[in-house]
Amino acid sequence: MITDTTTRSASSDYVLVHPLIVRATHWINALVILIMILSGWRIYNASPIFDFKFPNGITLGGWLGGALQWHFAAMWLLVLNGFVYLCYGVVSGRFKSRFFPIAPRALFNDILDALHGKLAHHDLTVYNTAQRGAYVAVIFCAIVLVLSGLAIWKPVQMQELTALCGGFMGARIVHFIAMALLALIVVAHITMVILVPRTFPIMITGRTRRSS
Amino acid sequence: MKWRETKPSLANQPARQIETIERRLFFRQGLSLGALALLSGCDVTDDKSVQKILSSMSQWNDRAQAAIFNPNKLAPEYPESAITQPFPFNAYYGEDKVRVVDAASYRLELSGLIQEKNPWTLAELNALPQSSQVTRHVCVEGWSAIGKWGGVRFSTFLERIGADLTAKYIGFRCADDYYTSIDMATALHPQTLLTLRYADQTLPPKYGFPMKLRMPTKLGYKNPKHIMAMFVTNMYPGGYWEDQGYNWFGGS
Repeated sequence: MITDTTTRSASSDYVLVHPLIVRATHWINALVILIMILSGWRIYNASPIFDFKFPNGITLGGWLGGALQWHFAAMWLLVLNGFVYLCYGVVSGRFKSRFFPIAPRALFNDILDALHGKLAHHDLTVYNTAQRGAYVAVIFCAIVLVLSGLAIWKPVQMQELTALCGGFMGARIVHFIAMALLALIVVAHITMVILVPRTFPIMITGRTRRSS
Repeated sequence: MKWRETKPSLANQPARQIETIERRLFFRQGLSLGALALLSGCDVTDDKSVQKILSSMSQWNDRAQAAIFNPNKLAPEYPESAITQPFPFNAYYGEDKVRVVDAASYRLELSGLIQEKNPWTLAELNALPQSSQVTRHVCVEGWSAIGKWGGVRFSTFLERIGADLTAKYIGFRCADDYYTSIDMATALHPQTLLTLRYADQTLPPKYGFPMKLRMPTKLGYKNPKHIMAMFVTNMYPGGYWEDQGYNWFGGS
């Protein structure tokens, strides 16, 4: 049976914060998101929707055709990996126990604290509200990215989805905005890991010393 | 016909080895910085193996798209007021290089798994039942435009010439040295049109005179212009962009 509630590890000095399946899907996702965003920027450059392009040097694929190959190869891994993660999160109850509740006032205060560099991370087995909000937002962005991506890829076969996104151009804009929001959260996420470095090894080993 | 002086044979050409090599070189440069930066430190930096994975994923995507393709699903049609003005010109060359094909001497050449391989004149093609559509052309680059195309349903033409409708591919060779190929399911789609007119006028050279294949179910680069010859085959014929790395199915 799958359980999550911060399981005691064999040596009772340590607690398991991130089960293996969460760590594995996290790192696969990190790589996939990097590939998707960098190749996506190159695809965007072929026909920009806003008044700017991404510098080609920081994109992936070398040219439009190469970028498309990366994008449409990595998308399978994104969806497959995301599906495993979502199934685990729902079935194990991890989402329910770790991500909720998200009280709007607490979310606001936490983000304010984070911006002032004094967000509390005393107990790493519990997510603060800013973390909860960010992680739920990432999942939301990823789902929107997949759906709007399908709408762009298949505007005939999945024309209902494209229409839902406001047409072909609408789908491109939705896809872009979801990417921008996701990229913003990734930057904030990496910044927080740098500011609170002891969170980093936990995503590799899964364990942390029991807090006193 | 001027174009024939440089291209003596348009039908079924053998494996295009030189192009394959060119394509590989293209990719060696293409993968470049991003991939190397991303994968540096690992042994996966070998471009060839990375390219092999990407190519096989692209072929996987061909199969996935063929499975997704619904032969009865029609692309949305638009009112004439929605037509993009002017409809953009697009090719692998500039508009000043557009080929002009002589109408009087034009003959559409047929080969491969076809019963009646007699070449077709424009008058004969125009005598077939005509239909038109206002549909969206989606470019792989990300832009799109709505236009009105008229001509012969491709399925009607294929039946008329006795093409083997169980064959896998139909390949096209064009006066501008472009070439591409499509799957039979798309060829038989009701909106796949052997296009002879744009906006109710004879197809102008910049849109592919004397004839283009219009498929609202595929990306722009799959829609060949200035078609001079077509062949039905079970051997994968590739395409101008496809051989350089664009996805072959290119469905939308």
